[in-house]
Amino acid sequence: MPRMGAASMDERPGLFVRAVDRDGGSIEFTIDGSPMTARAGDSLLAAILTNASLLRRLEFGGEPRAGFCLMGACQDCWVWLDDGRHVRACTTAAVAGLGVRTTPPALAEIRNV
Amino acid sequence: MSNVVVVGGGPAGIRAACMLAAHRLRPVLLDEARNVGGQGYRAPSPGLRLDMDALMGGEAAKYHALQAAFASIRDQIEYRPGTLVWAIEGKTLHVATDEGSSTVSFDALILATGAMDRIMPLPGWTLPGVFALGGAQVSLKDQGCFIGRRVAFCGSSPLLNLAALQYRKLGADVVAVCDTTPLGAKVRAAPQLAAAPRTMMRGISYLTSLMRAGTPMLHGVTLLRIEGKSRVEAIIVRDCRGRERRFACDAVALGYGLKPEAQLAELAGAEMRFDATSRLWLPKIDADGRAGRSLYLAGDSVVIGGADAAEASGELAARAVLSDLGIVHARSVARGLRRRVFRLRRFQRALARAFVWPANRVKDLSDDVALCRCENVSVGEIRRAMDQALGPIEVNRVKAITRCGMGRCQGRVCGPALQELVASHAGIPIEAAGRLRVQAPVKPIPLSVARTLAE
Amino acid sequence: MTRLIADVAVLGGGLIGSWTAYFLARRGKRVVLIEKGVVGAQSSGTNFGNLRLQGRFPGQYPLSLRAQDLWERLEDLIGDSCEFDATGHLYCAFDEAERDKIDHYAEVSESYGIRIEHLDRAQLKRRFPWLGRKVIAATYSARDATANPRLVTPAVARVAKSLGVTVVEHCAVREVRKSGDTFHVDTDTDLQVECGHVVNAAGAWALEFAERFGETAPLFPAGPPQFVTEPFPYFITPSVQTVDGSVIARQIPRGNVILAGYPRTAADPILNRAPVPPVKTLAAMECLAEVVPALRSCHVIRVWSGIEGYLPDMLPVIGQSETTPGLIHAFGFCGHGFQIGPGVGLCLSEIIVDGHTETPLSPFAIGRFQQEIEVSDKFKREFDAVRKTP
Repeated sequence: MPRMGAASMDERPGLFVRAVDRDGGSIEFTIDGSPMTARAGDSLLAAILTNASLLRRLEFGGEPRAGFCLMGACQDCWVWLDDGRHVRACTTAAVAGLGVRTTPPALAEIRNV
Repeated sequence: MSNVVVVGGGPAGIRAACMLAAHRLRPVLLDEARNVGGQGYRAPSPGLRLDMDALMGGEAAKYHALQAAFASIRDQIEYRPGTLVWAIEGKTLHVATDEGSSTVSFDALILATGAMDRIMPLPGWTLPGVFALGGAQVSLKDQGCFIGRRVAFCGSSPLLNLAALQYRKLGADVVAVCDTTPLGAKVRAAPQLAAAPRTMMRGISYLTSLMRAGTPMLHGVTLLRIEGKSRVEAIIVRDCRGRERRFACDAVALGYGLKPEAQLAELAGAEMRFDATSRLWLPKIDADGRAGRSLYLAGDSVVIGGADAAEASGELAARAVLSDLGIVHARSVARGLRRRVFRLRRFQRALARAFVWPANRVKDLSDDVALCRCENVSVGEIRRAMDQALGPIEVNRVKAITRCGMGRCQGRVCGPALQELVASHAGIPIEAAGRLRVQAPVKPIPLSVARTLAE
Repeated sequence: MTRLIADVAVLGGGLIGSWTAYFLARRGKRVVLIEKGVVGAQSSGTNFGNLRLQGRFPGQYPLSLRAQDLWERLEDLIGDSCEFDATGHLYCAFDEAERDKIDHYAEVSESYGIRIEHLDRAQLKRRFPWLGRKVIAATYSARDATANPRLVTPAVARVAKSLGVTVVEHCAVREVRKSGDTFHVDTDTDLQVECGHVVNAAGAWALEFAERFGETAPLFPAGPPQFVTEPFPYFITPSVQTVDGSVIARQIPRGNVILAGYPRTAADPILNRAPVPPVKTLAAMECLAEVVPALRSCHVIRVWSGIEGYLPDMLPVIGQSETTPGLIHAFGFCGHGFQIGPGVGLCLSEIIVDGHTETPLSPFAIGRFQQEIEVSDKFKREFDAVRKTP
């Protein structure tokens, strides 16, 4: 079984660490407009958290949140997409070209859904 | 032909569907997930180079058997993945999919909706990097990802050591396993646990493997706080000798056993009863899983029993359906299954004594700790609301006044701790504090699902 | 046995009972407020929270305006604003016939001095660009408002208590009788009250107390299907209502959108159940998405209802008993008691203390049910099953 190297990357931006490799190509997506790379087959949550340390800002107070139960129950991992949709990251598949937002888009953008 | 619907594609739901399919009933299997297996036995997502045999050890055979059992009935059932049952009214299920909302009617309904982690909050528990213990396993098995590089496993649960070991096996740095139950309690529970010697030995082997690997294994700790500016940087605990210890880490897996996902059972009309062992409200069932007219409950969604009990209780519930519909009368087989389910669930009750839910911790939580993640309601806000004249002392009233439990998760995460907080602050028994009542939809549904109402 | 001697016993710790107790206490009366559960938990706490002036029954405007004045001073009166928000109210029409209707409502409102703006499609597009195309016209009243119903009644009862009212929760009234000038109130606890006045503000449970004194009303328990969404960016500032009743919605600054819709569903006050049929939730979701299309991606997280008392003419019973001096009824608010609640409490306190109130209440007399009454169009349209009027 392939393993991650022992070298630590304390300054890495992502929370999640890939334990094993994945067949299939990489996919490009964005978080708040910045380009990111994930792997085909990733959940949206894994795609985001291997690149970043948060999924979203809490509506009440703005603190960072990164999900919690990872099985579709706690509803902590809802993220906005550039196209105005609002999805639960742990049960949504990552797809090439998705634009993720950690804060809600402007109303004008939501209205274009 | 009778229309039997099974909700949930985990061990209980699959075994129920198998039993029904064997009698050519062509059951409908609705599963919110895209792939069967539930949280424990789901196949890894596509392309993941994960050696499930190595990861799951002794459980791997069960995983393969369950997946094979499903594959063998796949064309004898109507399988609908990605389907959320969001409401139940009479003998009609309201379901939502990516395509919209529709209804499914049933003559008999088997609910096998599983469980989730039970959580006691602590300062810092909403920081990115703190995840539910079960979730830490799901991210590994489903996504091949660790929740962090240096992970602390905290709480009290038979899964604590197992998850820590799985992480270690695949190369994560397990900085500590902090079990809040004192070792003495485990020793005292041992005679009852010995009823399932293999399971007990497996548990002990997890422990010794971790100790051999040099992982700090702490028992009887108090989890004081999780520190970090914008993500987890350390967890601070008080060990059983009263020393404060700090473990630098970038992730914490937190869990105190599981709690049933019984929302649909309640919506379907199951009577909810307080269970003193788990300190939770559980649906009332008979020995076969009957919870009411045409309503059957199986697996961890009724009472936590583990995967083996889930498989057996799924089969048992399906047998009850077959018997009630007048299709089979083989009561002797059911008797054996019944005994097995009873024994396995009794074992889980003994486990609850070895891995204790820290009910008393809620008293020590400082006012600034968030209790409700969704609505960001703090422990102090709840205490203040209760302390007012005519303040609420029942959880639904506390919810109405403070918004605790009113958010997206509808109290799934904060519910058990809220009950403890209300009971302890009011100085009343926990069963008198009540339980958060369920309302549809059991999970959020977008306005747009209503467009296909005409179906 | 705890025997209390009081001036007034108020039966029912809802919004009406709590405000009545509050105003009586301010006038120096000794009041016992008796609630079978906890204060503000029934329809007072589960309603939509609208403080709407537009489109009310014409004869109710004096009361309604008096009440709005109290709402606008809520923080001064009870030390808590309970999320009172002068949001304004947008009454929306989908076609010309509905436009005539809202224009007519507006005329009535204007005759009582309420300022109404008449907005056509172009004006709506400028002022409220998020409104769906289906809305062709609307009237807007800036003075209409909203408040959090879950908070208000407990807050009022709390202040009443601090003013000396004896608030008794978890206490059901078993028997009310009158001997001489004294009412005797017996309960299922050890509490007994002797008093000169009784206020029957027991909501959907009020009929049994009226009937003890030889009066009745065709009270019908029902509840509106309501839902709330997840927090969404805040943009719907006014509360929004369509004339056909399909949408009554508002967004709170926290972001949640709250909706109450039709048709109302029969409720069971004995089992304390007010079901919300899922088809009604779906229908309401569809209607809301048409009126505010930006909400299509917004998620509904919870439904609820409450048990409200309805009467066939869609008017409440407010005023003195016609059989028993000292007994005053205030129930059957037909789903619009929240706005007038403080006004009703003030008027009842005046009736008890001064012997009369300046605010006209005659349309709400309980005696009207002795004659054949006209069944309201709303009552015909807005319920699943309409009880036959006697």
